[in-house]
Amino acid sequence: MKLDPKSARSLEFFTAQMVRISRPGMIGLAVMLLVVFGGIYALAVQVIDGHIVTGMRDNVVWGIYIANFIFFIGISYAGALISGILHLLRVPWRAPIIRIAEMITVISTMIGPSYILLCMGRLDRLHHLALYGRIQSPILWDVLAISTYLTGSIIFLYLASIRDLAALRTYPFKSKWRIWLYKFLSVDFNGNAAQNQYLDRALTIMSAIIIPLAILVHSVLAWIFGMTLRPGWHSTIFAPYFVIAAVFSGTGVLIIAMWVFRKVYHLESYITKIHFNYLGIILMILGALYAYFTFSEYLTSWYGSETWEMEVLYKLFDTNEYWWWFFFAAILGVVLPIAVILFPRFRTINSITAVSVIAVLALWVKRYLIIIPTLETPLLPLQDMRPEYIHYKVTPVEWMLTFAGIAMFCLLFFLFSKFLPIVNVVKVTEDRSYGALRQIVADRIIKREVKAFKLKERQKFAH
Amino acid sequence: MEEQKNDQSRRAFFSKTVPAAIGMLGVSGLLAEACKAPEEEEEKVSLLAPDGKLVQVSKSSISPQPVSPQEAREGIPGKKFVMVIDLARCKNARQCVAQCQKMHNQPAEDEWIKVFLMQDSEDTAPYWFPKPCFHCNQPPCVKVCPVGATYKRTDGIVLVDTDRCIGCKFCMTACPYSSRVFQWKEAPKSAESCSQPYSPETSVPSRVGTVGKCDFCPDMARQGKLPGCVTGCPNGVIFFGDKNEDIVSNGSESFRFSELVHDRAGYHFMAELGTEPNVYYLPPVDRLFDYEKGFNDLSDEQVEFYKNSVVKKH
Ligand code: SF4
Ligand code: SF4
Repeated sequence: MKLDPKSARSLEFFTAQMVRISRPGMIGLAVMLLVVFGGIYALAVQVIDGHIVTGMRDNVVWGIYIANFIFFIGISYAGALISGILHLLRVPWRAPIIRIAEMITVISTMIGPSYILLCMGRLDRLHHLALYGRIQSPILWDVLAISTYLTGSIIFLYLASIRDLAALRTYPFKSKWRIWLYKFLSVDFNGNAAQNQYLDRALTIMSAIIIPLAILVHSVLAWIFGMTLRPGWHSTIFAPYFVIAAVFSGTGVLIIAMWVFRKVYHLESYITKIHFNYLGIILMILGALYAYFTFSEYLTSWYGSETWEMEVLYKLFDTNEYWWWFFFAAILGVVLPIAVILFPRFRTINSITAVSVIAVLALWVKRYLIIIPTLETPLLPLQDMRPEYIHYKVTPVEWMLTFAGIAMFCLLFFLFSKFLPIVNVVKVTEDRSYGALRQIVADRIIKREVKAFKLKERQKFAH
Repeated sequence: MEEQKNDQSRRAFFSKTVPAAIGMLGVSGLLAEACKAPEEEEEKVSLLAPDGKLVQVSKSSISPQPVSPQEAREGIPGKKFVMVIDLARCKNARQCVAQCQKMHNQPAEDEWIKVFLMQDSEDTAPYWFPKPCFHCNQPPCVKVCPVGATYKRTDGIVLVDTDRCIGCKFCMTACPYSSRVFQWKEAPKSAESCSQPYSPETSVPSRVGTVGKCDFCPDMARQGKLPGCVTGCPNGVIFFGDKNEDIVSNGSESFRFSELVHDRAGYHFMAELGTEPNVYYLPPVDRLFDYEKGFNDLSDEQVEFYKNSVVKKH
């Protein structure tokens, strides 16, 4: 495939980074590997000793694992919804960030479901799902939805990468396997008009498929809770609530990933303040929607004040129990991002990233607060002398596996970025959108200059 | 004075119910057998344990011939099992719990039938509330099981096949009555439980990483005997029987099921959940015992705990 000089230059820029690992990169890699090995050890302990090593007991039968599961599936929305929608709407500034978004989707959809496996008492009987699967069970819906979603998002990422893979095929790499791999993956794509047309059409279709699929996955997940007769779960708005919370956290993770890669790979000229601004505004709108759902959910159950619902609410509002977590997850984690992004004067790359971190953490805590307080509030009184059966406490094994999941996420991201440029190289220069993006930047700069000039003039007159 | 009143109410109760019971004697073979059940309990037989030693086990803990997996899934033809729990007679003797644990080789902390202390409002009297699995006719636990390890049979019983269960615990979140118990760790295996082939009907031996619960003792029913909790209760609180035959018994008395729940205002616990339980409660009126009797065998700590956990104050 022939590349224009500009694309060739960016290809050069990225391949140089792909083949070499910097010293800090090495250290990071070692740390992540260590944490992953810690997780493997914890997993061995759990398999050998049974689930007694976790904090889960007969009332709180699902703990932090399920919270992690929802969290990871949630952040996978970055690629599915954000990049899908941006693609469909032909948003001009999307080119440099969609690759990151799509990678987030694929990686987190791979890690998320492993937490379900950790929660299963009999991992050795996983094949029973195929042997005796009952389609009436929401768990089966979940299995089907997630596997379809994972397949779909891998296809989406792959299709969106073919142009880059074809470009990489012609690059003189030293290692044989790379040349072979890119040759194999780029399936003879040479960028002629017909191929380009087909590819664009395929991408549009895929992005149209991936959006409803993503919504479905999180709805099914929400229904697992919504369909049980439990206070705090048995709610009709759970599916849209989960979907909104998911896109919110997905956007947050995307912003964080952009910040990290921008620093690590020196992408300042690709990922600019404009990207942060636009995504920040999306984050703010989603935050407002999420706040709206949270408010409706708790207002209706509080006003109706059914005994069971109230018991969960009292726990959330009790300063000795979950109040501070609830405050962080449902109030601070939304108000802060909105407040910072709302005013243009507070918007900087760092401030937007900082509030994204807060939003993502808040959303993790929110998932915890969805699972645990409800399970700690069965309909029958909790008359058990064993304190661990009344209050759930996360054990070291569970923490280790949680951190191992996060480390695995970073590790896979790191590895992916060594195989594929983290920015869509061909697209970013070939695409007219890049020109459009530049236009936007130029317009902005001109506007700012004009404003400053006017201000100066006015000051001059004032004196 | 208190005693006297209790005695009177007990007499009143018997004068109403005994004739009914006598009228029904001999109606069912099941019941005739049931009355003998407690004596048979103590018979011992010798068995060869896996480690080659001869062990003595009570005869009741080995079923004569385990039913086929197919039969264990389908249920006993022509039966519809029901349970009636008379709250007026319960004083937290906890013998149902003990007998159930013995029968299913459960460790002391796993209770398939639990006894709660309930109080509906601060102005009403507390009462003891034994609670097994309700074997619901619309069981949420069966609905959600991804592999059909929990299933509903034609005789109304809901069983768990721990050979099939994958331990996802979805049924535990789905059951609104906290009826399910997870096997969090490997239970110490006794010779008695090992000598027995597994069947969902006996629920023995239990398996780590799977779910267990009250099974209505279908293995006993096949032998024409009553469940362990029924025979274990010294106060005759729990009645068990067949709805088709319209008869329930606690081992020493029997009633027409329809008349009993009709006359004594039988009700379903939390019927509003739509699960249609097969366990009926008779309200705690004209009680035989003061609820505080139930504290007799408990430690101070336990009593304190129970008292604090009824009627949640906010
Ligand atoms: S009481 Fe619970 S476990 Fe028993 S049948 Fe009903 S829902 Fe299932
Ligand atoms: S824990 Fe076992 S019985 Fe319960 S839903 Fe899962 S597979 Fe079915």
